[in-house]
Amino acid sequence: MYGVNLSAGQYGSVRAHGGDGNVRQPLLALLAKEPAHGYELKLALEQTFGQAYPSPNIGQVYVTLKRLEQDGLVQSQDVEQTTRPNKRVYELTPAGREALSAWVDEPSDGPRIRDEFFIKLILAPMAGLADRMALMNKQRRHYLALMRRLTELQADTDPADTPARLLIEGAVLHLQADLDWLERCQEEFV
Amino acid sequence: MSRHWHGGGGGLSRGVRGDGSPRDRGVSQAGREGSSPRGNTALLRTSGLVKTYRTDGVTVQAVRGVDIDLAVGEFVAIMGPSGSGKSTLLHVLGGLEPATSGEIWLRGQRVDGLSTAGWAILRRRHIGFVFQFFNLLSNMTVADNVELPALLAGATARQARKRREELLAELGLADKATAAPARLSGGEQQRVALARALANEPSLLLADEPTGNLDSSNTRDVLKLLRRAHQAGQAILMVTHDARVASLADRVINLFDGMVADDARVVPIPREVNGVRDVLELRG
Repeated sequence: MYGVNLSAGQYGSVRAHGGDGNVRQPLLALLAKEPAHGYELKLALEQTFGQAYPSPNIGQVYVTLKRLEQDGLVQSQDVEQTTRPNKRVYELTPAGREALSAWVDEPSDGPRIRDEFFIKLILAPMAGLADRMALMNKQRRHYLALMRRLTELQADTDPADTPARLLIEGAVLHLQADLDWLERCQEEFV
Repeated sequence: MSRHWHGGGGGLSRGVRGDGSPRDRGVSQAGREGSSPRGNTALLRTSGLVKTYRTDGVTVQAVRGVDIDLAVGEFVAIMGPSGSGKSTLLHVLGGLEPATSGEIWLRGQRVDGLSTAGWAILRRRHIGFVFQFFNLLSNMTVADNVELPALLAGATARQARKRREELLAELGLADKATAAPARLSGGEQQRVALARALANEPSLLLADEPTGNLDSSNTRDVLKLLRRAHQAGQAILMVTHDARVASLADRVINLFDGMVADDARVVPIPREVNGVRDVLELRG
């Protein structure tokens, strides 16, 4: 599932929600295919998602694997290498496979509602802080600036990178919906 | 600013008009940088523009005192809820419907008082129109549709053909020249309509929801063409609901209840701030 960072001022953020939460399931899914070590998993993630994935650093991958192991979802063993230090190869446990199936089966939440703006829109005029038209105009300008950025990204994205293209298109559609909704607010409030 | 479409074969570049008279764009354009849109480089300016309809004794004010301006080479999008007067405004600015009161100035000339014939001549020389439903002449070939405006403006058959060939090549439609418009996809028809609108190198391109009837891949194609036309110096005033289209404009005007509610530049987010990964966020 994806979302677009739309709140004012934080469009550059890639922060995951809940620490390693954004790598956990993808790692389990990759291990369901075949056992692998940390670095292989990092490369596989990058390859699968193309430009669209906020590429995890290797430390994040190792920390997440360790936690998955503590939770009994994966197990690991050292594999001896002749010319290099041993590497730790991970594989999915039956519990891990179950957790993965459960995750795939459950419906995902829809994208976040832009409630922060809505709360401003409702409350700010009451508190005498701003008028609604000004707030909506400001928000529309921000959405349009974001849309311009997305359109540029779309043009810059390798057409062969399907995941990246689809993510951008999803973001564009959500943003269009936000603008349409802003128009509805305008119709009702002004 | 380049007068030529980037990477294009020059089909939509600006040179000598079909009737052989030189254009004054180069001069106006050069004077534009840094000057205010309200200065004397304004291509289009309205003052207190009002459009009232009267049907069955009921008076409807579609446009209620609009002051807008458009500089030479500028791309302005008009957004707003349906019924906010966007299309009416565009039609009045193109002389398709008369203004009830107020002033319209185009290229320094007051035009709101022109007769129907006067508007027709003005449009032929200075205004290109693109509509949501293409409005191509169905009993003429693609080539004839595109050549017609140049011929009406007094170009020779040879000049009109040359211009048409350039435009269709530029828009990727060279092989469709002899086809009937109905044989073309919606996206292709809109590109033909764009070629026709640009045939006489109008000072101003007016577009009414040009992507409103297109799917997303055809929208992208039309967007690309509009962006290139704009980069080549084409002034565009476009009514649109599509934020992708509007975000390409220099400025977006929000019309509400027949009046301008907002008029602001689209300020791009700096490129270095983010890539695909930063704008989009994957969550497990």
